[in-house]
Amino acid sequence: MQWEIVIGLEVHAQLSTQSKIFSGASIAYGAMPNTQACEVDLALPGVLPVLNKGVVERAIKFGLAVGAKINSPSIFARKNYFYPDLPKGYQISQYELPVVEGGCLRIQVDEVEKTVRLTRAHLEEDAGKSLHKDFHGMTGIDLNRAGTPLLEIVSEPDMRSSAEAVVYAKTLHSLVRWIGICDGNMQEGSFRCDANVSVRPKGSDKFGTRCEIKNLNSFRFMEKAIEFEVRRQIEILEDGGIVHQETRLYDPDRNETRSMRSKEEAHDYRYFPDPDLMPLEISEEWINQVELMLPELPEARRRRYVTAFDLSDYDAMVLTATREMADFFESAVKQLPSQAKLCANWIMGEVSGRLNKEGIEISDCPINPVQLATLLQRISDDTISGKMAKNVFDSMWRGEQDGNVDAIIENKGLKQISDSGEIEKLIDEILVANSQQVADYRSGKQKAFNSLVGQVMKATRGKANPAQVNTILKQKLS
Amino acid sequence: MFNASLKQLSQQLAEKKISSVELTKEFLQRTRTLNPNYNAYITIDEAMSLAQAETADQMIAAGHASPLTGIPVAQKDIFCTKGWLTTCGSKMLSNFTSPYNASVIERFNRIGAVNVGKTNMDEFAMGSSNETSFYGPVRNPWDVAAVPGGSSGGSACVVAARMAPAATGTDTGGSIRQPAALCGISGIKPTYGLVSRYGMIAFASSLDQGGPMAKSTEDLALMLNVMVGFDERDSTSLQRETEDYSRDLDNPLTGLRIGLPKEYFAKGMSNDVAAAVERALDEYRKLGAEMVEVSLPNAPLSIPVYYVLAPAEASSNLSRFDGVRYGYRAKSYSDLSDMYRKSRAKGFGAEVKRRILIGTYVLSHGYYDAYYIQAQKIRRLIAQDFADAFKQCDIIMGPTTPTVAFNLGEKNNDPIQMYLSDIYTSAASLAGLPGMSIPVGFGNNNRPVGLHIIGNYFSEAQMLNVGHRYQLETDWHLRMPGV
Amino acid sequence: MTLSFNDVRRIADLAYIETNEEEAHMALAQLSEIFNLIEKMQAVDTSAVEPMSHAQDVVQRLREDVVTESDQREQFQEIAPQVEEGLYLVPKVIE
Repeated sequence: MQWEIVIGLEVHAQLSTQSKIFSGASIAYGAMPNTQACEVDLALPGVLPVLNKGVVERAIKFGLAVGAKINSPSIFARKNYFYPDLPKGYQISQYELPVVEGGCLRIQVDEVEKTVRLTRAHLEEDAGKSLHKDFHGMTGIDLNRAGTPLLEIVSEPDMRSSAEAVVYAKTLHSLVRWIGICDGNMQEGSFRCDANVSVRPKGSDKFGTRCEIKNLNSFRFMEKAIEFEVRRQIEILEDGGIVHQETRLYDPDRNETRSMRSKEEAHDYRYFPDPDLMPLEISEEWINQVELMLPELPEARRRRYVTAFDLSDYDAMVLTATREMADFFESAVKQLPSQAKLCANWIMGEVSGRLNKEGIEISDCPINPVQLATLLQRISDDTISGKMAKNVFDSMWRGEQDGNVDAIIENKGLKQISDSGEIEKLIDEILVANSQQVADYRSGKQKAFNSLVGQVMKATRGKANPAQVNTILKQKLS
Repeated sequence: MFNASLKQLSQQLAEKKISSVELTKEFLQRTRTLNPNYNAYITIDEAMSLAQAETADQMIAAGHASPLTGIPVAQKDIFCTKGWLTTCGSKMLSNFTSPYNASVIERFNRIGAVNVGKTNMDEFAMGSSNETSFYGPVRNPWDVAAVPGGSSGGSACVVAARMAPAATGTDTGGSIRQPAALCGISGIKPTYGLVSRYGMIAFASSLDQGGPMAKSTEDLALMLNVMVGFDERDSTSLQRETEDYSRDLDNPLTGLRIGLPKEYFAKGMSNDVAAAVERALDEYRKLGAEMVEVSLPNAPLSIPVYYVLAPAEASSNLSRFDGVRYGYRAKSYSDLSDMYRKSRAKGFGAEVKRRILIGTYVLSHGYYDAYYIQAQKIRRLIAQDFADAFKQCDIIMGPTTPTVAFNLGEKNNDPIQMYLSDIYTSAASLAGLPGMSIPVGFGNNNRPVGLHIIGNYFSEAQMLNVGHRYQLETDWHLRMPGV
Repeated sequence: MTLSFNDVRRIADLAYIETNEEEAHMALAQLSEIFNLIEKMQAVDTSAVEPMSHAQDVVQRLREDVVTESDQREQFQEIAPQVEEGLYLVPKVIE
């Protein structure tokens, strides 16, 4: 039987505020345990929550970026369950009326564009952490993370392969960073994905039973976990079994998913509106203000790059992978408006390659876009050849001459010889000294021409403008 | 001195006839003698109280006094008080020294009032007789065989027995008004949202409201002036202009329209209570008020609605008591889940557990709509009934409780009978309206009777005026139990 | 509706309160009476009524996104049942 894979994703994006969602404690990562857990986070008797404006603003940004409805009012509810990392014994979340409803994300899989619908995005607080270290048979609880603001972004089950799921997650990851609501740091847990996976016979219009896979803390793990889970479900179904709805944990060491003690039926979260928090109202005026703060979105930029700079869809896609990369590109193009394609090639090629190799972000790139544009300018005005430019690029990367392109060219004596009189004189000398090659060329041996070019380049230590050398040499030989 | 009003005490302090330290010592001395009979305080810390009194004396000397500077005030043990044991009447918090102050405590500290002790209460404010306290029942100073009411029974008792000139209480369904009535003192639950709930240990968040308990309405006004105020740490705290609650105390009552809900004067009220209430209404007629019959058709449902909503919120509010970060942790357990279950089973008393179970049930899957949502809908109908009634009258009156104080142990094993003690008070709580009880005489066994006065939203100043004019004509509020 | 013994066990379990057989039976009897009282609500037709969650009709106030709290761990952990290396200790958490 042919199977169709159905995937929906739930992403928890940690919002990049200064303080927590309901208290004035810091959310900075890496502090000593429980030093950023204030009386509200610890749920001391009598404490109360007050909502952080920065959190709401980020939710509005997201809603606008995905074309969703911003609900007003939206309601905070309590999700009741006991766990030592959950100090109040309930999590404040949104249930019936989330702040963001609907919207969609366009993704590009193998050059094909696809729209993934979003169900909702709601605000909630994060829990603390149970530490793995063993304290004579006991577990240590750190509540620094408790109360950190999260936006839970829930997609519709619109994805049909693990590859699509990964592209969706990457696109979403890029978007939340682009609009500045989440730092996207997956190692620190700022962007966490759970996948709802099911399979069904191809052509069926009913969904199969789904399993939720947790702990997908990298895109690579996400792909592997989904693939494992799909195989597992298909095997069960093909053996005539049934898939049980449950939560499964991905174990990257064994590359498998395994059931988290299935207590699904025992879960009864007893959601009800939090009486400590009033309905959240968001005015049109506020939404309009936030809209003005919103940067041009990746999709709009992509379209602009194709039309204004004549770039391919692929190039536009790569350049808008992050806002920093796109900004870098645009700053360079601003210096060199006629050479957008050259800028794109260098940023996607040399710059990205070097960044990858050294494992740094474009924001930490030692060459700034203005410097890069100057370098490319020297290629287009024939001061140096493309090959030499790579040499100069290396020097700039190392910070030589403070990255001053012209100073490096000067210092290295790399300036291309484009004075036709000078080149002509040199060619005349070479032709005299290589009469055999001249004769060979004239008798039809094309190779001899290349040899003569090589002699010229050798004599100028590569500085002669190759195009000019070609032209002059041809004239002289004809 | 023990029967002096707050105004009189304040005057004596201002005129340096007595210092705050001396005044505090007097009340502490009286407490030392009387408290063993009544068990009204959970914590007394003379050294801490006297240190505050010294600070108050310095404030007075420096000319920074306000009306309650240097005045001893007893604090219900539901208010987190930094450096003080704050138990909420529960074994669960029997080892909890609060690391922070409730906003109400801060407000008293700021003006230099003296905390003379933390008063006993029903466990987590769940009870109407003070018998659910882990620290044992409080006795009614008018008759030690009787309960003081609850949950603010300790506060009612200390004011009635003159162990403190005034006290704080909290009211969720009647917890200020009912004990005030049973102990023959005055108490007001303000409009929901006026007194900050920050640091007031939550029972039912959408109903809980702090308020003062004192001998007279004049004293209540001075206490309210300190307690009411916007607090940015409480999302339900209302941002309003500051009021002087004493401003209207002396206004004449001519033409005042007093609404008498027919549902509150139907069967259920005992004869002795009815007689005392009737005499009080006569007094109001003499003062120029007119009586209007009004109807609160859904009010009889306020107990069922209350016993869905309050336990629902409580079941969630009390989930934080798990023995992980503070409070009681069971001595022995087999694993994590067992630690939770044993700590909560042993740390909570029977009534608290009962309400947690009710609340858990009404919120659980499949029952939420039939109970919780239905209760919230009837809550709206009850609020609407009041809105309709206030179109016909300025203020509503009735009995605070159906009977005078009952005997200790009398209703202990009958939760329903206990719950019905709040039959007249819970409707105003559900609507978020202010409610007040003032003493209007004595019923059977010479036990006090309270008159319940419900005002419209934010009409506290008028309610206090209505109480004060009555207290100018009568002396029930000055009667002291023979201690 | 009537409350069953199993309902009581289930809600005690959800509420994380250890309850033995005898306690559960007693709770069943008391809760059943209380629910008889509560049941009176069902007589009211509320189909056209909006639920009322709050006593006041106000909207959520927002605080500025600034850090106002400093480290008070030492003070907070003085009242904790068991701590080590700044962590709250609980019996082993099994995922």
